[in-house]
Amino acid sequence: MPEQNSGSAREVLIRYYDGSERTATILDEEVPYPDGKLIVSRTDPQGIITHANQAFIEMSAYSREELIGTNHNILRHPDMPAVAFQGLWETVQSGKKWQGYVKNLRKDGRFYWVKATVIPNIRQGKLVGYTSVRRKPSRSKIAESEALYATLK
Amino acid sequence: MPFNFTVSPDFAPDHMSGWFYFNTWMQRQLGTDIHLELYDSFEAQRADIRAGKVDLIYANPYDAAMLVREMGFKAVARPAKKRDEALIAVPADSAAQKVEDLMPGLRLATTADPDVHTIGMIMLEPADLDASNITQREYDSYILIAKALLRGEADVGFFLKDGFLELSDLIRKQMRVLVSSQISVVHHALLVGPELQPRFDELQSKLLTMHEDEKGAGVLESMAINGWERMSEEQTEFMIDLIDTLTV
Repeated sequence: MPEQNSGSAREVLIRYYDGSERTATILDEEVPYPDGKLIVSRTDPQGIITHANQAFIEMSAYSREELIGTNHNILRHPDMPAVAFQGLWETVQSGKKWQGYVKNLRKDGRFYWVKATVIPNIRQGKLVGYTSVRRKPSRSKIAESEALYATLK
Repeated sequence: MPFNFTVSPDFAPDHMSGWFYFNTWMQRQLGTDIHLELYDSFEAQRADIRAGKVDLIYANPYDAAMLVREMGFKAVARPAKKRDEALIAVPADSAAQKVEDLMPGLRLATTADPDVHTIGMIMLEPADLDASNITQREYDSYILIAKALLRGEADVGFFLKDGFLELSDLIRKQMRVLVSSQISVVHHALLVGPELQPRFDELQSKLLTMHEDEKGAGVLESMAINGWERMSEEQTEFMIDLIDTLTV
């Protein structure tokens, strides 16, 4: 699998949709998506993580305790255009499924690509949260997404 | 009128008699008539479900979505420590060493089992393969998929992991596993329809202690199930949500 592995670290200020921000260390080094696994998480309607499976913990490099109660945007990589997440939220808030390719940021600054599907969780007609399931993307879809996202930043 | 019980057609043929023993066990426990109807095809079974002819079903997770969300079924139990995982196998001498080595035009041998097929197709995605650029043939059993691979009639086969492990060593050694799913939260479940739901609590308590009784344990063994676990409504909904994300 081709991997970017320059090893150079940079400090980047990430601004979130809600106005908050944080400085993250970014390493241009990809961690390959594990074969056969699904990364599963759930959030409340505000995007706060309520459930994380083992694959999520392993790939994000955060502990379960660090993930639960945190906004899902902790995974946001600065190379991802804000408009991609705007599209995600508009889609799921209208009750529809969203699917797309996402470059995620790990705690250690490295990144991993996923094919993500997010669906609203409806119980007795009420929205109680969202489930996000990530699976392994193909290299060609990653290349297409990288090219597209570069134009949207 | 007896209640009607059925089992997802993906059960292993070797355990068919076990389901009849289980049906007898349930009739004795509940003191009521239950008729077990087994189907060869998923479609025929779904038609009868939609016609309201099923009161109790050991359902695959894919059909559980329709049963719970559209037909008002409730999960009474799930098999303990038994999860549905799929794998992709190739003939042992295949040039493919990983999924990404597979090329468009490949010949896939699969079954009508919706979970295994769905998970299998997801595991082909990293190679940019989907229904539009491969040829598929459906077989009735995992042994027939193995034979198709060994005879050179197919390049890859989708197997339920348990189904693959039940094949003889001789057959398994002539194949190689390219990728195996590790999803952990997708499994079959015993679902109770609206007509039988007044007996839900009673049935659940009998099922959860079934393994403690000598006769019950014998029946479970004949179905290759260790015992039954409680499955909450939220766990059921979560699994259905998850399956929902996999079907797009």
